[in-house]
This record gives sequence, structure tokens and C-alpha cells, in this order.
Amino acid sequence: MSRKISILIVDDEPSVRESLYSWFIEDGYVVDVAENAKKALALLETGSFDIILADIKMPGMDGLEMQRRIKALNKDSIVIIMTAFASVETAVRALKDGAFDYITKPFDPDDLSHLIRNATKQINLQTENEVLKEKVSSLENVEDLIGNSDALKKVLKQVESVAQSNSSVIITGESGTGKELIARAIHSNSPRKFFPLVSVHCGALTESLLESELFGHEKGAFTGAMYNRKGRFEMADGGTIFLDEIATISPKMQVELLRVLESKTFVRVGGNKEISSDFRVICATNRDLKKLVENGTFREDLYYRLNVVNILVPPLRERTEDIAMLVDYFITKYCTSMSRDIVKIDPAALRRLEEFEFPGNVRELENMIERAIVTGNGKEIHLKDLPLGKDIINSAVESLDDLENKHVLQILNKYGWNISRAAQALKVDRVTLYSKIKKYGLKQPGKK
Amino acid sequence: MTPQHITLISFGHFEREFLERIAESVKHEYGLEVVIDEKRLDLSLFYDPARKQYDGNNLLKEIDSLYASESFKTVGMFRVDLFIPILTYIYGQAFLHGRTAIASLFRLNNERYGMPANDKLLLDRFIKEVIHELGHTLGLKHCHVPGCVMASSTYVEDVDQKSRELCHKCRVELETLKDI
Repeated sequence: MSRKISILIVDDEPSVRESLYSWFIEDGYVVDVAENAKKALALLETGSFDIILADIKMPGMDGLEMQRRIKALNKDSIVIIMTAFASVETAVRALKDGAFDYITKPFDPDDLSHLIRNATKQINLQTENEVLKEKVSSLENVEDLIGNSDALKKVLKQVESVAQSNSSVIITGESGTGKELIARAIHSNSPRKFFPLVSVHCGALTESLLESELFGHEKGAFTGAMYNRKGRFEMADGGTIFLDEIATISPKMQVELLRVLESKTFVRVGGNKEISSDFRVICATNRDLKKLVENGTFREDLYYRLNVVNILVPPLRERTEDIAMLVDYFITKYCTSMSRDIVKIDPAALRRLEEFEFPGNVRELENMIERAIVTGNGKEIHLKDLPLGKDIINSAVESLDDLENKHVLQILNKYGWNISRAAQALKVDRVTLYSKIKKYGLKQPGKK
Repeated sequence: MTPQHITLISFGHFEREFLERIAESVKHEYGLEVVIDEKRLDLSLFYDPARKQYDGNNLLKEIDSLYASESFKTVGMFRVDLFIPILTYIYGQAFLHGRTAIASLFRLNNERYGMPANDKLLLDRFIKEVIHELGHTLGLKHCHVPGCVMASSTYVEDVDQKSRELCHKCRVELETLKDI
């Protein structure tokens, strides 16, 4: 149930105050009146009102000045300005100064009802938002980052410490490790969380498309540009821009990006007006940017501009203890979305998953579980439901020696035990290969 | 005459049968005796030439001061276009928890909206308006229950959407108000 909305009517005309008072009282609002701005401000200093309906023209302090002072007392106050005649200029001034809306006297009863209903909706949204903000803060909005491993905890600690700052961040990690989730976690724990997080997948766009995506364009800038369009930097004003696959951008775009990061201003493609935007940059890559700098494919100055904080997201094989939790999470997620009963996982299947390399990381595990739910028996996920293929590491093979033993034998068999060719393939010399054969007691099949 | 009655006073020409039907409905809804009366008033005193309408606030005050003491609740019924300074028009007006209300037929008439005349609909709308304003004098505020006669109506279509009756919530509220 919504609380009662309070309205303060400020107008020097008694008949206006009286009429509005009766109108709102009949509508069930809590209403008070003031005959001038001074009295209204005095009332606002001692109490609070959700909506202030103020006449623009009053003797002494006018409605606009009063609005400025009201906003200084409480920036969230909803002020509706009443004008005696339609004056676009005054209305625009009122709106620019933060008025919720304006209405021209006399009002159509329906317009007044609509206006107050909209304001009430806004108040309720604000209240809900406050409640939600508290909820989000306590949750830290990292519910998608599943796991309890030390590796993940280390990343989350970095997220926590970097979130409050305004520094640029590079998130490095293999594909599918959840770099975008880390970016979201940083954004949603930062003071910028109530502004947008704008994502750009740089790798998916050509140079010209990326330019238009990032900076926007003016109508007619190129064939097909029929309307002005805001770029991602503009959209991210107040918030965060997430540039995924940053290593893929062209040298030209690297220069452009560096310039924008330094000045926080840019010009739309085909335009000449400079636009400024206040955004934070978070980048992600699965490449070693430092190496790209060394071999000259990524600008060093841009690298240093972006790499204020570097977060390394571990691959799934380095946090295998999280696999069970991740499996549970994905089972619940997909069973719920498919309106199915929650399935179990056979302990043997889970064990095999924990042994799997997961070159595609968490994303690969997620896809595997989704597929198993779709194709499985609806009760339990078994080994046969999981596309683990030949990549599965036998549980008997645990040490590097075991692996080397197996691999050397495979290569020898492949080349029919031709020592020279096998050594060449293994990139070791013949002496080393002989010592490996001896070490592991390898024998050519069919020979004693 | 016991003070526990409602007086409906017509200003301007109203058919007797029309008034009786209103009285009947009001009696049915509030369970009080209803008296029909007819008075004359110089409406030009309430006419605003700039707006070409009649000042509802002043009319309400005038009816209250001249006639309200004679009964428990008094409703002044008009055929003219009413306004209050802040609104472009009103269908009616009342003193909340007061003795007096006013209502007008003017904007309830189908012909005003380019529709064919419909006397039955006009009567129905006016009955709802009178019951609504009387509800305010009894202390009821606007109700959000769809169909309740105390729902706020800014267009005739809104009036047509609601019934002539108070919803259960308003009835309970009315009982509480009576106890106070």
C-alpha cells in the first residue's frame, strides 16, 4: 500500500489556493497551502512535502527562485510550476531548473489529475529505488559470480577495492571466464551504478562501424545515416563504458580512443559540435596486451592509459573447486527457465567435469549443462549427457610425468617408432627421446 | 421537517419527473428523506464574462449561506457551465464534511460532445454526480475502486464507467464517519 502523498500549494490568489485545496483533499491527499514563497519555504524547513505546486508569478520571490531554494533544501522535491498563460520560455526555464512539469492556468481537470498521478508515480519509483539501492548494496550485485575458491575471492577483493575509484581497468582472461560479469560487478558497486553500463564488443565491428558506434553520427554522415544517433560514449555519460576485445581495435581507432580518454570529449561522425561525456572505462581482452605493445600492434600510450588497474580472471581449470557450485547454479538457472523440475547430477559425472580442462571455461560448462538438461532424462545428468569427448583427462593421469609418458608413447606410435621423426615432432633431440623411452620403460608394440 | 433530510434545490428549469427520479435514487443510496425545492437566483452575479462560465466556488458559498441551514445536506442543481478559478470546468463541487454541494447538467449532456441527445443517459449521469457530491459532504473522498460512485470523473465517459452506488469500502467508511 502506498503512503499518503503530501502536496503544498503556493499561490498568492486565495481562490486558487482554496480550489486546489478542495480538489486535492477530495482526492485523499494531505494538503497545505502558503500564500507566498517565504511562507512556503518556512513550511518546507520544518516539514516535508512530496509535491510542491507553485505559481510562477508571486509578489516578492517568484516561483522560479522559490524552486531553486526548494531544490537546495531537497534536490528530490517534485516542483510543478503553474503559469497564468502559456509561456514556453518560462516553462523551459522552470524545467531546466529542475521542475517536474508545468501547467497552464486554468487547468483541464484531467490534465491536473494526470500530472499529479505522474508525480505520484515518480515518488513511488524514487522510494522503490531507495529500497532497491540498499538491497543492491548489501548484495554487491555479484550473484552471477559463482564460486568460493581462493582464486575467485581474490578477484572479488580486487573488484571491491577498484569499484569505488574512477580508474580505468583492464580485465584479462581467457574466453568464457566471465570478464563481462567482472565489469558489471565493478560498475554496480561503484558510485556510477545508477547510470548506464554501456558495452561495446569491439571485435564484432568493422573500423567504420565501431567509430559510429562509439562516437555516434549526424544525419547524412554516410549512406543510411537517416537520423542523428548518440554514440556509446555519449550514452555512458555518468556511467561506465565496457570495451570488450579491446586488443582487436585498429591503430586508427587506438588513436581516437586515446584522444577521447584524455579529453573526455569527442565529435560525432559527420558532425562538428564537440560533445563531452563523463564515463569510466573498463576494457577486457583475452590477449596479453603487454606483448602486443612489445610487438607494436597496440599503442603503448593507450595501454598505459587503460591499464591503471589490471584484473586477471582465472581460467576455470584453476578453480576446479567452484565447478560443483557452478553446476548447481546452471542447473537451477536452466531448469527454472525451462519450467522443469530441478535435476540432479550423478556424482561420477560431476567428478569428470571437475577433471575436465574446459578450454572454453565457465561459458563452456554452462553450455554443457544447458545441453544436458535439454537432452537428458529430466531427473539426473549422467556422464553420457555431457559432451566431454576425448579431451577428458583420465583420472589415472594426474602428474606431468604421466602426461609426458602418454604423449611420448602416442608420438612414437604415430611415427612407427622412427626415433628421428618422433624427436623432430616432439622438438627434442634423439638423445633426450631415448632417455624418455628409458625413463618410462616404453616399448614398441609387438617387440620385446 | 426533521433536519435529517436532504434538500435538492433546482435553479433554472428542471422537469418534475426528472427531479423525482434524482430524489428517489438519492434516498435509495443514503437512506434519508429527500425534499425537492425550487429557488431563483440572479446567476449574472456569478458569471465571468472572460470565461463565459459561472463561478462554482461563489455559487457554493451562496447556496450554503442562503439555504443550507434548513436541512442536513443541501444540493444546488444548475444547468449552467460551472468553473473554479484553477480548472477549466467542473461537474459539481461540495464542502467536504460540509452541508452543501452543487452540481450542473451542462457538461453531462451528450449533445455538447456532438452526440445524439440521450435523456436517459443524462439523468443517469446527473444522479451519479449528485450522489457523488453528497458523498463529499458526508466526508467521503475520491475512491479508487472501479465502479464506485465516489471515483473521480473528469470526463463524461468516466461518469458512465461508474455505478450510482457507493462501494463496500466507502459504505464502511461512511459508517465510521457517522460514528465520529
